[in-house]
Amino acid sequence: MHDYSLIWLIPFFPLVGFIVNGLLGKKIGNEKVIGAIGTLAIAASFVVSCKMFFQLLGDVEKTHEVILFSWMSVGQLQIDWGFLLDPLSALMIMVVTGVGSLIHLYSNGYMHGEEGFYRYFAYLNLFCFSMLMLVLGNNALVMFVGWEGVGLCSYLLIGYYFEKKSAGDAAKKAFVVNRVGDFGFLIGLFTLFWALGEHGVWTFQFTKIAENAHLLPAGGVVVTVATLCFFLGATGKSAQIPLYTWLPDAMEGPTPVSALIHAATMVTAGVYMIGRMNGLFSMAPDTMMVIAIVGAATAIFAASIGLAQNDIKRVLAYSTVSQLGYMFLAMGVGAFSAGIFHLMTHAFFKACLFLGSGSVIHAMHHAYHKAHLHDDPQDMRNMGGLAKKMPITFITFFISTLAISGIPGLSGFFSKDEILWWAFSSTRGGWILWLIGFIAAGMTAFYMFRLVFMTFFGKQKTDARAKDHVHESPLVITIPLMVLGLLALVGGWVGIPAALGGANRFEHFLAPVFEHAQETYGIHSQHSLHAFEFPLMGCSIGIALVGIFLAWIMYVKNPELPGRLVARFRWLHTAIFNKWFVDELYDGLFVNATKRLGRYFWKGFDVPVIDGIVNGVGWLVQGSSRVLRFIQNGQIHSYAMTMVLGMVVIVAVYVFK
Amino acid sequence: MQVLFFYLVALVTVISGVIVVAAKSPVNSALALVNTFFCLAVFYVMLSAPFMAAIQIMVYAGAIMVLILFVIMLLNMGVEPFKKFTHVTWGVVAGSLVLMLTLFFISRGQPTKVVGAITRDVILKEGHTELIGKSLFVNFLLPFEITSILLLVAIIGAVILAKKEV
Amino acid sequence: MITVNHYLVLSAILFALGTFGVLTRRNAIVIFMCIELMLNAVNLSFIALSHHLGNLDGQIFVFFVMTVAAAEAAVGLALMITFFRNRESIEVDDISMLKW
Repeated sequence: MHDYSLIWLIPFFPLVGFIVNGLLGKKIGNEKVIGAIGTLAIAASFVVSCKMFFQLLGDVEKTHEVILFSWMSVGQLQIDWGFLLDPLSALMIMVVTGVGSLIHLYSNGYMHGEEGFYRYFAYLNLFCFSMLMLVLGNNALVMFVGWEGVGLCSYLLIGYYFEKKSAGDAAKKAFVVNRVGDFGFLIGLFTLFWALGEHGVWTFQFTKIAENAHLLPAGGVVVTVATLCFFLGATGKSAQIPLYTWLPDAMEGPTPVSALIHAATMVTAGVYMIGRMNGLFSMAPDTMMVIAIVGAATAIFAASIGLAQNDIKRVLAYSTVSQLGYMFLAMGVGAFSAGIFHLMTHAFFKACLFLGSGSVIHAMHHAYHKAHLHDDPQDMRNMGGLAKKMPITFITFFISTLAISGIPGLSGFFSKDEILWWAFSSTRGGWILWLIGFIAAGMTAFYMFRLVFMTFFGKQKTDARAKDHVHESPLVITIPLMVLGLLALVGGWVGIPAALGGANRFEHFLAPVFEHAQETYGIHSQHSLHAFEFPLMGCSIGIALVGIFLAWIMYVKNPELPGRLVARFRWLHTAIFNKWFVDELYDGLFVNATKRLGRYFWKGFDVPVIDGIVNGVGWLVQGSSRVLRFIQNGQIHSYAMTMVLGMVVIVAVYVFK
Repeated sequence: MQVLFFYLVALVTVISGVIVVAAKSPVNSALALVNTFFCLAVFYVMLSAPFMAAIQIMVYAGAIMVLILFVIMLLNMGVEPFKKFTHVTWGVVAGSLVLMLTLFFISRGQPTKVVGAITRDVILKEGHTELIGKSLFVNFLLPFEITSILLLVAIIGAVILAKKEV
Repeated sequence: MITVNHYLVLSAILFALGTFGVLTRRNAIVIFMCIELMLNAVNLSFIALSHHLGNLDGQIFVFFVMTVAAAEAAVGLALMITFFRNRESIEVDDISMLKW
């Protein structure tokens, strides 16, 4: 009837692309061919994903497992290399391959002429492969393979310009911070494995874990600890407090990479993972509360840092951290489908924003290059008035900005508002969570419009010599922008809530995945609060408008106002501008402490004990060899003598036996 | 008569052997060795193996000894300048150990009385060379061919080693 | 009556002589000749036993031993010439490179 056996093709195509480009790319050398291979690989997998997605839409049975082959089989434990297709993973593969295809296409133009073009496409394809394994894996180990794979690709791509020290450092930072999270993930995984094993269920398979989760006491210590560890993994990958610091630095990578990996897909892996194990997380209200609090705190914290950054990509990076905070807030209050909904819309508008900023940087870079200047092409203070020069970039960027700010009718509004509504009304939520999210929404509108105003409006502040060289980017860059802009505009219409007369088809589509846990553990929005739904919606629209208005006053109407405010609240600005000194705090607390500990072990343990043992062995060998070397004197006679005597002994043994 | 002859030849053999080991000049050693080979050829005849005796003289006394003498001449070696022995004590110990061991082995052993098909009469009737030839080219054909490869390799090796410019 | 033991004893004496020579002489060519002596001692015992047992296999073996000896002579003497060319000597005491 419905055949899903071809699902393995989805990760297979990018893998082939990776192998071809990775092994032969240098020989091929031709950028057009390499780009075509990379782009077609992911496009092919997008086509297959579409087929699977629509097949699933028309199917009654919503969960399908396809086992490719057995990976390992130990005793009762059977681990397969298998795929799990349900509405959640179907949605994720659509986002990954869809946005991925657009960004591959975009990269053809953006990376034009870069050294190591083939390397870039190979990594990008490897990333897509790993991400697809992550979302499609039917058990936690396959997911972990993908989880590590995307971390590796993230590292490789952040460090793409490895000749730059800052890029290398950022890559290392991302990798190390991610490892902290991965450590948590593994501990959680094995805690869960062991806890279920106690009840005779040895498995890593998601469906089996969900089936047997009831064996563990709901709200008990084991579940709480395991889910908290999982959440630690999620904070690493998805850049939440306390492990968010790597993401802003990750902007050292090429801009399309920031768009694909550090905005649209990889960083949402943590959200996806919680969604995948929603049954388990629902059982641990304490963990859920922690997630909600961390999510809300990250949302407002990152947004506040974003207020004062001048680097166009950094603003977007903090915005990403903040929006991820929203998603975790949603997960924490049990609004799983709302969180995934925001994940999807965010993928659209944030990818569009990053690609748009990439287009701007591309144009600025070329302009500076032509004028032989070495100004920073990413500094917004050098931009301004680009709307006329780059109309397509501007329009798409503006639509996405409206979407992220929560202007009604655009995708971001529906998803964000649903999160805020759940934060307020859910049985696991509370008005404080709503308030934090609400303020963060205002900040979001402010910093995004600050960005737009500084970049596209007002007078062009670019150096006069480079001014006239700023041009709209080529079609290969603007086409993905237009598609993503369109998606940012209409992408939210699949999830218009019932209160606004919509059908919220998105929630219904995902219901088979989340409904069971929500019903079992009584997670729903409280009926007594339904009267507040419209007022709250009005509030969030209001604060978005206030944010935009403030940005307009400060950066268009009255451009000297920010300077005055900075002078007035110097300490506050310093703190925000320096990202609340969190990096310095971490350096002092962890990095330097580790270094000191390392030095202590070096001086106190390694040198006297380890080296002592090694040297002692060396002396021993030397001493004994000094005796033995008399035997090995190089004289043939003594060797022959030894041989003869040996033979005599051997024969004697036989003779006298 | 035969026993007497045996002892006589054996005495000559051992004396020649001693000269091989003890002679000052390598040329003397070589000549003594040739003498030993001849004596051994005599024994082979006494053991009704005339073909082996012929080979012994042709290959050993003829080919190998000529080669050795040639090298001695080529390197222009006279009497050794100073002592020709080293580690004599050790040599005596090892040599006598070997001798004692083998003699003990021989004295303890009882020669089997198994008599195969090739008796003295058969050899006289069929001819020694013919018998050896049949055995060599029927039963031991493969080892025989492999030997030719060994010789080939030795020739190549000798040429390469002795070449002036490697 | 000459028994096989006579030949074996003679062979043993020659073999021991050869061993002694190999172990004590300093001239490489003499050592080489001593090795030939040892080989011949073995050949003698082969043929003696072959005769005693009425079996030709021992003589075939002697045949092969001779072949090996010829090959050895060719290679060994070539080695000596090379060595002499490099060191102006064929004293084995001068060959002390057989160690690290």
